[in-house]
Amino acid sequence: MSEIPETASLMPTRRMPGWLRSRMRNVAPFATLIALIGFFWAASDSFASVGNLQNILTQISVTGIMAVGLTFVILCAEIDLSVAGIANATGIVVAFFTTQDASVGIANVPLAGWAAICIALASCFVLGAVNAFGLTRIGIPSFIMTLAMLQIAAGISALLVRGQIAYTVPSLVSTLGSRSLGPVPWIVIVAAIFLLAGHVVLTYTRFGRYVYMTGGNREAAEYSGVNTRAILSAVMIISAVCSGIAGMLGVAYFGSAQQNEFDTYLLDSISAVVVGGTSLFGGQGGIGNTIMGLLVLGVLNNGLDHINIDSFLKILIRGVILLAALVINVYAQRLQLTRST
Amino acid sequence: MPRPLLELSQVSKSFGGVAALRAVDFELEAGEIHGLVGENGAGKSTLMKIIAGVQTDYDGAMLLSGQPVRFLSPRDARVAGIGMVHQELSAVRDLSVAENVFLGAQPLNRLGLVAWAAMRRQAVEHLQRLEIEVDPGARMGTLSLGLQQLVELARVLFSGARIVILDEPTSALSPPEVERLFGLLRRLRDEGRTFVFISHFLDDVLAISNRLTVFRAGAAVATQSCAGTSKRWVIDRMIGAGHEKLEESYLADIALPRCPAAKTVLAVNGLTRPGAFRNVSFEVRAGEVLGIYGFLGSGQLEVAHALFGHPPASHGSIILDGRSVRLSSAPDARRSGIAFIPESRKMMLFGAEPVYKNMTITILDRIDRLWLRPGVECRIASRHVKQFHIRPPRVERPLSTLSGGNQQKVALAKWLTHLPRVLILAEPTRGMDVGAKDDVVTILRSLREQGLAILVVSSEPETVLSLADRILIMRKGAIVREFAEEPISKDRMLEAA
Ligand SMILES: Nc1ncnc2c1ncn2[C@@H]1O[C@H](COP(=O)(O)OP(=O)(O)OP(=O)(O)O)[C@@H](O)[C@H]1O
Ligand SMILES: [Mg+2]
Repeated sequence: MSEIPETASLMPTRRMPGWLRSRMRNVAPFATLIALIGFFWAASDSFASVGNLQNILTQISVTGIMAVGLTFVILCAEIDLSVAGIANATGIVVAFFTTQDASVGIANVPLAGWAAICIALASCFVLGAVNAFGLTRIGIPSFIMTLAMLQIAAGISALLVRGQIAYTVPSLVSTLGSRSLGPVPWIVIVAAIFLLAGHVVLTYTRFGRYVYMTGGNREAAEYSGVNTRAILSAVMIISAVCSGIAGMLGVAYFGSAQQNEFDTYLLDSISAVVVGGTSLFGGQGGIGNTIMGLLVLGVLNNGLDHINIDSFLKILIRGVILLAALVINVYAQRLQLTRST
Repeated sequence: MPRPLLELSQVSKSFGGVAALRAVDFELEAGEIHGLVGENGAGKSTLMKIIAGVQTDYDGAMLLSGQPVRFLSPRDARVAGIGMVHQELSAVRDLSVAENVFLGAQPLNRLGLVAWAAMRRQAVEHLQRLEIEVDPGARMGTLSLGLQQLVELARVLFSGARIVILDEPTSALSPPEVERLFGLLRRLRDEGRTFVFISHFLDDVLAISNRLTVFRAGAAVATQSCAGTSKRWVIDRMIGAGHEKLEESYLADIALPRCPAAKTVLAVNGLTRPGAFRNVSFEVRAGEVLGIYGFLGSGQLEVAHALFGHPPASHGSIILDGRSVRLSSAPDARRSGIAFIPESRKMMLFGAEPVYKNMTITILDRIDRLWLRPGVECRIASRHVKQFHIRPPRVERPLSTLSGGNQQKVALAKWLTHLPRVLILAEPTRGMDVGAKDDVVTILRSLREQGLAILVVSSEPETVLSLADRILIMRKGAIVREFAEEPISKDRMLEAA
């Protein structure tokens, strides 16, 4: 009983089992979520209730719809910074083509509800198509292209509302955005449908496989005969349309359409995707991860309101959590790489 | 007798319960070139990665100059004077050639900043010792695979490492570069440096090495001085007796077969891309394997890429089955019935994805237009795994856990489920062991019987000689000679090139 094997003493690290290494990106967000729920449950009496669960789900729904499209984009190793801008513009477009109260001083063009919705959908589609064109035909990196689009969308919003606030949207939109089906808000149902559809497309369809392959190794996808331009164009348009729909419902949910009202949603939706563990380098992750990320952020934001801390400190705490998630994201990538060398 | 420079004893390594190395003893003597041979997946790269500090989790002991060492990172190994050129090139594609030559060791000026001018100058000097002319400012990713391999060789050879591990360093080179490299290796050895040389070209290993070690299924089964050792002996140790036909070295003349007058499938006329190739014309008939041979940078790889529209040629016409086609992108080419296996595995494979997804990416639309059918995919992939003897035979394994040669087999398999009209192969046997190369010959023969038009493009003479029915030689972007229905040998071919 005298000799300790030398290898054991020299190798204290790196003994993480293989299955954990390869699943790090899925396990970490899940563990974070459990820990957060446990913490807030213990720290606050009002956190754990059915009513509050409903709150949390409602609060993450608009972000959730945007994050579906963004997941496609990030899986392709691209980024879309224009999601919130497009959401805002689309929400304003739909209000612009709806009859507003006489007190609203917007020179709007009242149309039938369905027509307003179609025009709004067409506009987010077009904005997405412009993103796609810039990325795949002109060759502008998505980071820059969508940064420009963010500005363009803000410009469209500004021109249409001119500093005013519109309140009315078509009844279909206001039902889905602000009413409930029994105890469940419609907006939660819509978000769930989008997440489910996104998951089905990514996991069970040919297009979904191409998305993963394009993100995993674009050159190899091209040499395998995959039309990567078409795939990239499609994901940019999917992202824009998801954002547009999130924007319309968001306007109904907030009860008003105005400039800059979605500004925080850009960071929220990117955080949701990344905190969930979808790789920023493309090809790894999915909607399951995004759902985890949404729940982590939702529980965090909501839970912080239930405990008694400085509201300025909350901002800092959110930043720290985001940083931790980024570290884990990059670390998970590295673990996978060392495993596969 | 002096102590060996490097001693490994009882080194074992397993991946998730599967043994890759079993109690390996391995010694390197100072100032030798030590050859390492063995089948695909035998464990050569794994052992070398342990020595170079890339694989840190293993059992067993390592002594360097008699002192026990345990490297925890490649940097540890580098500090101890060990450098390695990896089988899968590790160059940084977005950096310049000069930066790659000095990766991790840039010369600094008095202010502690990178001395750019000095770095470029020294990079040029280093590259010139390998007799390569490249612009040191060029981006690495724009270089051909062979040049990238040479730049990596320059990086490690001139890094001052006293032990240099070369894992299949010649797999993308043509004979002139190999000769130059061997000359340089001999000179550096005589200056006292020590090399490990891994290759599946047994003639090369026997020619350059002082001693060689044969690996088989994770064990070092024999170590022997190369003088007087025959290729036959090596193959017997590697895969067992009874494989005489694998010994072929193509030194004596072989006869190219008479081609039956079948109809022309692919006709290329005056294909040109300035700076790469010019006025290339040829025809490939159904049931024929046409080989295009040329040294590094002769344009044969670029022609192959142009036939897949990636990137397309700027002038000339391509006629497929009697109809003129425009191939301006890879999807175009695939739709027209052209399949292409590029020379680099990185261009072809998805490391993080399982083997079966790598194999079926090209045929997903034929399985189902909308949905994925993983069951069908796995069945198709399992068939290929059997046909190509891919090991380990598990289609769910991530591709990157396969050995280099086995990855190459996956790359080959991916176009063979639904047969194309024209199959273009660039360096199809890169990194394959002798047995696997023979499998490729058999498979191509059977495809030829089925009437495919096959184009094999390579800068490695044996590949072309073992596969082709007719051979074109390219030099400086143009076709300079055709060999058809006549005797040919390696020497004759190299002379023409
Ligand atoms: N990261 C990994 N995870 C799991 N298995 C691995 C990993 N790396 C290598 N292996 C397995 O270890 C065995 C030895 O592989 P290795 O790369 O050393 O072979 P090799 O002799 O270099 O073959 P080749 O000639 O094809 O390059 C193979 O069976 C391979 O599948
Ligand atoms: Mg290897």
